[in-house]
Amino acid sequence: MSVATDTAAAPHTAHHGEPTGLWSWITTVDHKRIGVMYFLTSVFFLLVGGLEALLIRIQLFKPENDFISAELYNQLFTMHGTTMIFLVAMPMAVAFFNYVVPLQIGARDVAFPRLNALSYWIYLFGGLYLNASWFVGAAPNTSWVGYANLTSTQFSPGLNVDFWVLGLSILGVSSIMGGVNFITTIINLRAPGMKLMRMPLFTWMTFVTSFLLITALPVIAVALIMLAFDRFFSANFFNVAAGGDPVLWQHLFWIFGHPEVYILVLPAFGVISDVIPAFSRKPLFGYPVVVYAGVLIGFIGWGVWSHHMFTSGLGPIADSFFVATTMIIAIPTGVKIFNWMATMWGGAIRFTTAMNFAIGLVALFTVGGLSGVMHASAPVDLQQHDSYFVVAHFHYVIVGGILLGMFSGLYYWFPKVTGRYMSEKLGAWHFWSTLIGFNLTFFPMHFSGMFGMPRRTWTYQSELGVEFYNQLSTIGGFMLGVSTLIMLYNVIKSARSGAPAGSNPWGAPTLEWSIPSPPHHYNFPSLPEVRSREPMWHDAEREAIEAVTLAEPESEPVMPGPSFWPIVVASGVTATWALVMTGVWWVPLIGLAYTTFGVFMWAFEDPFKHLKSSH
Amino acid sequence: MAEAAAVAHDDHHYTSTGLNSWKLGFWTLIGSECLFFGTLISTYMVYKGQSIVGPFSGEIFDIPLTTVSTFVLLMSSLAMVLALDGVQRGSRKLSMIWLGVVILLGATFLGFQVYEFSHFYHEGLGLDTNLLGSSFYVLTGFHGTHVFFGVVWLTTLWVMSARGKLPPSKALNVEIAGLYWHFVDIVWIVIFVLVYLIQ
Repeated sequence: MSVATDTAAAPHTAHHGEPTGLWSWITTVDHKRIGVMYFLTSVFFLLVGGLEALLIRIQLFKPENDFISAELYNQLFTMHGTTMIFLVAMPMAVAFFNYVVPLQIGARDVAFPRLNALSYWIYLFGGLYLNASWFVGAAPNTSWVGYANLTSTQFSPGLNVDFWVLGLSILGVSSIMGGVNFITTIINLRAPGMKLMRMPLFTWMTFVTSFLLITALPVIAVALIMLAFDRFFSANFFNVAAGGDPVLWQHLFWIFGHPEVYILVLPAFGVISDVIPAFSRKPLFGYPVVVYAGVLIGFIGWGVWSHHMFTSGLGPIADSFFVATTMIIAIPTGVKIFNWMATMWGGAIRFTTAMNFAIGLVALFTVGGLSGVMHASAPVDLQQHDSYFVVAHFHYVIVGGILLGMFSGLYYWFPKVTGRYMSEKLGAWHFWSTLIGFNLTFFPMHFSGMFGMPRRTWTYQSELGVEFYNQLSTIGGFMLGVSTLIMLYNVIKSARSGAPAGSNPWGAPTLEWSIPSPPHHYNFPSLPEVRSREPMWHDAEREAIEAVTLAEPESEPVMPGPSFWPIVVASGVTATWALVMTGVWWVPLIGLAYTTFGVFMWAFEDPFKHLKSSH
Repeated sequence: MAEAAAVAHDDHHYTSTGLNSWKLGFWTLIGSECLFFGTLISTYMVYKGQSIVGPFSGEIFDIPLTTVSTFVLLMSSLAMVLALDGVQRGSRKLSMIWLGVVILLGATFLGFQVYEFSHFYHEGLGLDTNLLGSSFYVLTGFHGTHVFFGVVWLTTLWVMSARGKLPPSKALNVEIAGLYWHFVDIVWIVIFVLVYLIQ
């Protein structure tokens, strides 16, 4: 590709003082390594969740198929949804938060590096715990929304829901700590001159997402705690016989669940708001408006949750309110879409793989957004609720919007992470197979849904007339599977033998492109001074910054040393929750004691002790 | 601004806002905790008066007793302020006295809560008895757990102070523990009003 020619490829710089080996990864507190671990783990879970989807698609290939049992089908769709939301989409975005945000704002690390490591390890252990349910043959089976009172011990006596309620509680801890960390980082660790309204859009959307994380996750945490008390200690929160109200679960779940949608999508919006200007060679059109639209989405996202509950019978006044707010939230989203198009308008567009995925997002997310506005209307929603039409809608949003955005980010920032380009040829295969496979899978679901095919049902009758659409979906699903393998091959191959990339291979405008690829472990030898939104596009400013950021320092900046207490505490947190499964109130206290020990050791550990011992 | 930039080059304690990151992060966490307790309190309010079988709240709540324990917790916040002042002044004596008072008052509050829980239990209100039992014990239990962690935290600071490892340069540790303590105190005031006083 010709894009490599605008910047001379820099030689691979040797990394000073950076340890290698497995132990160094286990104890790392470097935001870049944690970002890489987040990404690889989320790709692993993407393969797991994808495999679950393919089994579902095989089952639905023909009517009244008996490839898998109804019980296994329930486990598969529940774990597919739970995995893709909590173990793939969220952490993949967090992978980019970790790697990119400190570089974009000119920081040497996040505000709390050890806490960051803790977030990662809790995510890993929580994900493994959740999936351990497969090995005891009791994977969660009450769908990712886990409506009460299906989840009560009366209707779900097995371990299935136990794994789900405890696994999600563990993962919630990780997300809240991540949110705290990134809010503090973005407020407090910006380089001189990096005013809020000069921050790259990806950092801005991380900021908004972090606020949603710290506010939405506690709500689901309480709902899960209540469910856990119901299941393990016979409380009555969702016990109808005692006057408990199952609709309370729906409210709490969706008060979390709808902001969660924006937790998922705003990072992807942030990625392409950086990618599109870089490959259009134009500043983002209407930067402040795009920022405010993102903030507004964050706010209004809190006032739309009951549009998931139009069939619960909340009454016409509540329904009307949520119809109105849901339609209103389409406005800032639409503003963003027009801004991206206006950015491309008249730009010198380079159709790299990163740009292709970004444009793909704009197109496919719009389709998902439009079907979203359709069932924003309560009467329409009553027809579509719980049908494959809804499945089509949210896959257009989550795959067409979020996953494509993440892939765009992968191709965009991969040269920064590894110092090598990803293969554009394989990238083209990846992009087109994703685009075709995706539409082949999910577009026909609009029709199967309209013809009355219900969600979460393990088979269908041939009289329904949806066999053809399901066959298209299954073929498309396997194409998506192949496309994911192409991506994986591309990542592995390019990491080893991709064309070397310089510090700013795309000629992009933001600060992460001012430092060597891959960056030193301290990122910035000394902090650059930022004077504009596109510091790398103004020659005088770029030269001033690069004089600082590309310099080889005489003495390296002091960075906090490795620590293994995060992994100890993470294992303790996971063990404490997992031990609740015993149903004996004092058993989890053993895990708590172990966690407390880890917390104390952590609190009294000097992050800079590695410097003292070497002198 | 040039001065800020110069600071940035030398000092790794530099922050864009001038606020300490630990303090800022802790405020953020408190924001998150507001939603946590907000949800628990909302659940209690939604289920208020919905219990099908007794005992009901009006029958068993002992307002004078809880008023005393509320007063104890409020006074602990005062002691917390004085403890921070002591640490900032570099007075080990004042630090230890006032931190000790906070710990004692916090532990006293917990003692009241243990008494209250066992009293209610003997009156026939278990976690599984009715909606009141579930929503009351889980809400106040999580608050009590927060108080307990606060007491453990402050005890750690007290031991540090006793060993002379809490100089004024580490006053921030006490200040953040104080933020937590005051927050937990404020949550109790909300609980006291909504759960006990407004029946």
